[in-house]
Amino acid sequence: MAKKQYAFYPGCSSQKKASADNFLRSIDVVCQKLDVQLNEIPDWNCCGASIGYGEGGELPRLVISARNLALAEKNLPGQDMVSVCPACWLATREAGERLHESDSLLAEANEALREAGLDLKNEVKSRHFVEVLIEDVGFEVMQQQVVKPLEGLKLAGYVGCQTNRPFGIVGESFENPRYLDKMVEMVGAQPMETYDQKVTCCGGALAFSEPEKSQKQIRDIVESAYDHGADMIVTPCQLCQANVEIYQSEINKKQGTRFNMPVVYYTQLMTIAYGGSATEAGLDGQFIRAEKLEKLAGK
Amino acid sequence: MADNKFAAYICSGCGIGDVLDVKSLEKIAQKEGKMAVVKNHSFLCNAEGVQMIRDDIANDGVTHLCIAACSRRAKAEAFSFPTAAVSRANLREGVLWVVAEGSDHDEVRQEMAEDYVRMGCAEVKKMKVPAGNPNKAENKRILVVGGGMSGMTAALAAADAGYDVVLVEKTGSLGGFARNLVKRVPFNAPHAEAQPTGVEELAAQVAGNPGITVHLNSTLAETAGSPGRFLAKVAQESGAVTEEAVGAIVQATGFTTYDIAKLPELGGGQANVVDQAGLEALAKAANGGAIKRADGKIVSSVVFVQCAGQRDETGTHLPYCSGHCCATSIKQAMYFKDANPDVDTVVMYQDLRVPGMGEDFYRSAQKKGVLFTKGKASRVAGGDTCKVTFRDLILDEENTVDADLVVLATGQVPSAGVDLDAWSAVVTKAEGGDEAAKAQREEMRSTSVLKLTYRQGPDMPQFKHGFADSHFICFPYETRRTGIYAAGPVRRPMDMFQAQEDATGAALKAIQAVENASAGRAAHPRAWDLSFPSARLEGCTQCKRCTVECPFGAIDEDERRFPLFNEQRCRRCGTCMGACPVRVISFENYSCDTVGSQIKAVNVPDEFEEKPRVLILACENDAYPALDMAGLQRHVYSAFVRAIPVRCLGSVNTIWITDALNSGYDGIMLMGCKKGDDYQCHFVKGSEMAYYRMSKIDDTLKQLGLEPERVATHEVAITDNVRVARMINDYVAQLQDIGPSPMKGFG
Amino acid sequence: MSDANNRALGAYRSNFLKEVEANVEEGHWVKMCMQCGVCAGSCPLGPHWQHSPQKIFMMIRAGKRDEVLTSDSMWMCTSCYNCIVRCPRKLPITHIMHGLANYAHRLGLAPKGQPTREIAKLFWDNLVKTGRVNELKFSLAMYFKDGFGQGIKNAMAMQGVGLGLVKAKRLNPLELLGGHGCKDKAGIHKMVAKAREIEDRRKGLA
Repeated sequence: MAKKQYAFYPGCSSQKKASADNFLRSIDVVCQKLDVQLNEIPDWNCCGASIGYGEGGELPRLVISARNLALAEKNLPGQDMVSVCPACWLATREAGERLHESDSLLAEANEALREAGLDLKNEVKSRHFVEVLIEDVGFEVMQQQVVKPLEGLKLAGYVGCQTNRPFGIVGESFENPRYLDKMVEMVGAQPMETYDQKVTCCGGALAFSEPEKSQKQIRDIVESAYDHGADMIVTPCQLCQANVEIYQSEINKKQGTRFNMPVVYYTQLMTIAYGGSATEAGLDGQFIRAEKLEKLAGK
Repeated sequence: MADNKFAAYICSGCGIGDVLDVKSLEKIAQKEGKMAVVKNHSFLCNAEGVQMIRDDIANDGVTHLCIAACSRRAKAEAFSFPTAAVSRANLREGVLWVVAEGSDHDEVRQEMAEDYVRMGCAEVKKMKVPAGNPNKAENKRILVVGGGMSGMTAALAAADAGYDVVLVEKTGSLGGFARNLVKRVPFNAPHAEAQPTGVEELAAQVAGNPGITVHLNSTLAETAGSPGRFLAKVAQESGAVTEEAVGAIVQATGFTTYDIAKLPELGGGQANVVDQAGLEALAKAANGGAIKRADGKIVSSVVFVQCAGQRDETGTHLPYCSGHCCATSIKQAMYFKDANPDVDTVVMYQDLRVPGMGEDFYRSAQKKGVLFTKGKASRVAGGDTCKVTFRDLILDEENTVDADLVVLATGQVPSAGVDLDAWSAVVTKAEGGDEAAKAQREEMRSTSVLKLTYRQGPDMPQFKHGFADSHFICFPYETRRTGIYAAGPVRRPMDMFQAQEDATGAALKAIQAVENASAGRAAHPRAWDLSFPSARLEGCTQCKRCTVECPFGAIDEDERRFPLFNEQRCRRCGTCMGACPVRVISFENYSCDTVGSQIKAVNVPDEFEEKPRVLILACENDAYPALDMAGLQRHVYSAFVRAIPVRCLGSVNTIWITDALNSGYDGIMLMGCKKGDDYQCHFVKGSEMAYYRMSKIDDTLKQLGLEPERVATHEVAITDNVRVARMINDYVAQLQDIGPSPMKGFG
Repeated sequence: MSDANNRALGAYRSNFLKEVEANVEEGHWVKMCMQCGVCAGSCPLGPHWQHSPQKIFMMIRAGKRDEVLTSDSMWMCTSCYNCIVRCPRKLPITHIMHGLANYAHRLGLAPKGQPTREIAKLFWDNLVKTGRVNELKFSLAMYFKDGFGQGIKNAMAMQGVGLGLVKAKRLNPLELLGGHGCKDKAGIHKMVAKAREIEDRRKGLA
């Protein structure tokens, strides 16, 4: 079977030894198993994330995403652009749509892009890796690769914001998206379907600037996972993963809680279920070790 | 009268024969029911079964038949025998489908079925085939009162359907309020721009239609008669009177605007403060150009104050929302924006209400830059620079805004004529000889629209806030004056689009009314019914309860103060029959006897058998269908109840209650439609009357030494199939706690 | 007051709505708000907004320029996009809030020292420098944004987190010596400068 080819936009946090390094490793395994080839866009740049607006304004912010689209268009023609980071995906897709809606904005963007020797026709489709898995590969094929069902593992599927809003995965509702629970089922684990913090905001970038306010959000997200009897939280988002995992110790310190809830990526679950090792799944990169998952990997 | 021959037909189909002892039912029909012919059939509603009955009628002289099969609401076409009196014993929906399954219940199930056969036989013996009304009422012309958008639309709809129309308009031209408007709120997609009113074209169509006779500068001097034979005296301004014979009437007399002089705190009466009608006049004068104030200054800023003198909670102004005014202000703000986008236009609203597709219109105005401020104006000062003081309801602060012009969105005041409650108070005084009251009565009559000669007063009864009563929940065009239909803002506040739709509906109702009247049938909801009430006058005590309580003003009084029935006005609800203390009013197919004999036919076991008997008198419009539906869905209820359909709870005569209690029933359930402000009673006032009468029955119960719980009145809607079964079971359990009726064995 | 602010005041006088429509990202949507308040009720940090988006829209229409632009409300946005997907009028509320924050920031009216404003600037500067965000430099810059002394304290407080991440190979101390970055930094600098120049000209900010 010919490999499916995509122009890959890893984003800042999914570089080697960056905060989502472990995510990237598990993505590699999943892609190999599912015959998906991600071709890194040469010299891609940061998308501006969710606080780029403050200083970057409108056009500069759109232009940095336009540069990535232009690079993909030029170097990897005919391939859809795929991000594994919701913020990267959102920024790029939004830039593509906004420049598509307004010819004058596109003209202005191209005037700026010319300074970097680029030109944008704006023909590349920007997609999230989850869309590729669900729409191009499909649950059935994904499930066929499962050799080690994650039996007995209870997972709170925490979708968060930007994978889900404002674009979301086609066919899913904003208030109660189901695909993450379906992925959990697919790997043989048990989803906590009534987990009520599924789409709660973790505070995003405000985890840095407004720690008190954000940690209130994170506390709700973790507490509810405990209340529903989850062994760990699974998420598709790097910032969600980092915020919800890393700040538990801070919350414990300040509020006397004893949170120790592992937070993993869906691709880490898939890697283990596909027979990969704990290291291949990047479980050594957990801040809070996912012991139950490691144990399953060792079986 | 030719000899009556009674027959009972028992169906054993639909599983009836598997569960019930049909032979024993036959025996009961024969011995206790005294039926001359008793037959059973395994599929009575099929062609063969129906033919068997037809043959018996044709060849064997059968005149009265009791069909013991399914509910009277099922197979009505198969079991339609117009020349015979027919009763129905409900063995399927009433017994088979509702009594718990299993042999434990065989005995009570069989007893229930036997009682229904007894009741069906007893009922039919008291019935007559309605002979039809000898008073022909065949006029099919339709009178439309009011020549505005509603009236013109109704006239054209009726004329297009082939009916002659007489249109009476008070002013010198057709068009009504719409004639004052520059444009109307959009009624076609994309609902983004105001549209031409089309009033001139419509007026020309009416004037040019050969089927429509138009009387301008005219009012009604008198309206007498009933559906199919109304006689209207049309008085011209000049004094000339034309008589027009018509079959039905559409009253489309519209509204007037609330007087802004009553709103001084909102600048009413001050310079540069106008109402929406006043703004239309300014816009008309501008003719598409810049809109100028009365003093000639071009308006560069305007504030629309919504709900001016409306939705008022203080009791001073109109308490209701007129529905159209938000969209109207949006339209008027666009007059300014379309002429000059730089004019500042603010619509100050509390709740922007734009029903229908108005949301698109609202958005369109926002796109044009009309500003919408959620605020409640407390004071408007007119003058060269008007100042609006308001509470910003979002920012929660007092604020002011200046404008060249302020428009007050005032409400619609219905032109429904005389308030009959006030009228009857004055009439009572006048009849007592009070001279002032006599003068007041004449004064009131002069403000009447229809000038009906009805005993109950000269106009339609009003419901709330002066609007003509219409059955707005279930049958919006039905009023309480048969053959007279209200359309447009006289019925409830509405915009032009709704009024035109309303007018079409009212025209259709008027057509139905003349068709039914000419066939001697009742009007809605018993539109097939040929029976009509008759009174045994020799027993009448002239108490007037029937004339007062008839919801439809169908009964006048003759010179001797006896009730005088206007059959075409009658809706056959039987409220008069329920009201009559001496039980002299009856229908050929429905009377105190047809129901009373059923009550008495039930076999009431003695108290030692521990089988209570509960009588259900269920309104045939909602409650009885709900019981049938409970059966259809197999919701089990107690086999101790015996249900009798009644035309309306209003027809329930207290004699039935006393008869039942005397016969040893343990309890009585009355089930009727919702009453009150949101009434669903098909006869408007029937269920309310029943509640009133039953509230008085407590004393009777006490005198008999009975607990008040033994008579219970319930509101049951047609959708209450689950609830009604539960209600029955709860009541039977309650009665078992109370214990058996002490009246058993005395009956 | 900045020159840009004075120019805007002169150009739009009292019509703040027009100013927002012209100069704020997606500002032309403000007039379409129907004041239902779903945005206010949907915001995860709702209680911390002095003025909810609903109120901000109303304030813009009421011409309350200073109150809006000096407010720190918009800076409470976590970019969760809940308001956007729930808005029955489909206003891009998140983007309008971002646009207002940026406009206030560029006019010099946004609250001084507002933490999100500060880190937003640090983040952007960090990314423009190399084309990619250097997480370590960004973190350190954040800790030290309030001065050296506070920075040491902040860094000490989060030391556990930092060391944990290093141990988990998710934070690379070598990043300080260079680390990730784009090759065409010069092109990116010129491109971003050009975009800003165009936008500033369009919005009267330059």
